[in-house]
Amino acid sequence: MAYHLKILQALADDTRRDLFEKIAARPQTVADLARVVPVSQPAVSQHLKVLKAAGLVADRAEGRRRIYAIDPNGLGPLRAWLDQFWDQQLAAFQRAVEEGDER
Amino acid sequence: MNEHPQIKPAPIVKRFTVKAGRERAFDVFSAGMGDWWLKTHSLTKSGAKTVVIEPFAGGRWYEIGNEGEECDWGRVLVYDRPGRLVLSWQINGDWVFDPELLTEVEVVFTALSEKETQVDFEHRLIENFGAAAERTRTILEAEGGWTGLLAIYAGFAGRG
Repeated sequence: MAYHLKILQALADDTRRDLFEKIAARPQTVADLARVVPVSQPAVSQHLKVLKAAGLVADRAEGRRRIYAIDPNGLGPLRAWLDQFWDQQLAAFQRAVEEGDER
Repeated sequence: MNEHPQIKPAPIVKRFTVKAGRERAFDVFSAGMGDWWLKTHSLTKSGAKTVVIEPFAGGRWYEIGNEGEECDWGRVLVYDRPGRLVLSWQINGDWVFDPELLTEVEVVFTALSEKETQVDFEHRLIENFGAAAERTRTILEAEGGWTGLLAIYAGFAGRG
C-alpha cells in the first residue's frame, strides 16, 4: 500500500527518525524538539510536516503552542484514506446535483 | 511499549459549491444518495442497488443490495431539510457495521443564491475508529496500524 512507502520515506532520514523517537517517548512542542536536535527550528518544522503527512505523528493546539504526539492507533493512514474516499464521493455528488434538471 | 496519550486526528473537512438550489442539493445528497454513491464502495455481497437515508432523526442509513439484502451504515442524527444533515457512520476499518462505533458525518447546505449552494462537509470523531480497532483487532491495526509500523521501524532501527 502507498502509505507504507510514505512511512518508509519519512523514517529514512536520520534526523526525522530521531525526532520520531523523541515524540514517541513523550508528546512535545517544536521548540522542545529544536532544543535537543542539532538542526534549526524551521528545519524541525519541515521534518514534522513529513512525519505528519505519513500519519506517524499528529499535532494538536494547546493555547498558542502545538503539541506533537504519535498516534497510538495508527489512524493517520486510515484518516488519509477516508479523506480521499470522501473527495471521490463528494465529486460524484456534485456531478449528480449539477447534471439533473431542476425539479 | 509505554502508554501513549491519546491524540485526536483532525476531522475531515470539505467545503465546495454546487450549481443548484439548496433544496435540490439537500435532496440529491440524502434521498438521491443511491444515484451517485460510487458502486465500488458497496458493502453488500451482491453490490449496491441503492442507498437509503430515512428522512427523520432516528432513522436508518443503509444500503440495499441487488438481491434485496440490507446492510446498515449508521443512523440519521439530525434531519433538517434543506439546511443540515447529520449522520452517524458506523462502519469500522474492516468494512463491517459496528453498532458500538460512533463517527459523525455532518453536511450543511448554505444558499449563496437561488442557483448556488455552499456545501460544508465534516467527518468527525475519527478517533473512535481507534477504539473500535483496539476492540476488534482490525485489519487496519494489523497492516497499517501501530503494530505494523513498529515492525517497519524496528527494521530501520536495526540498520542503525
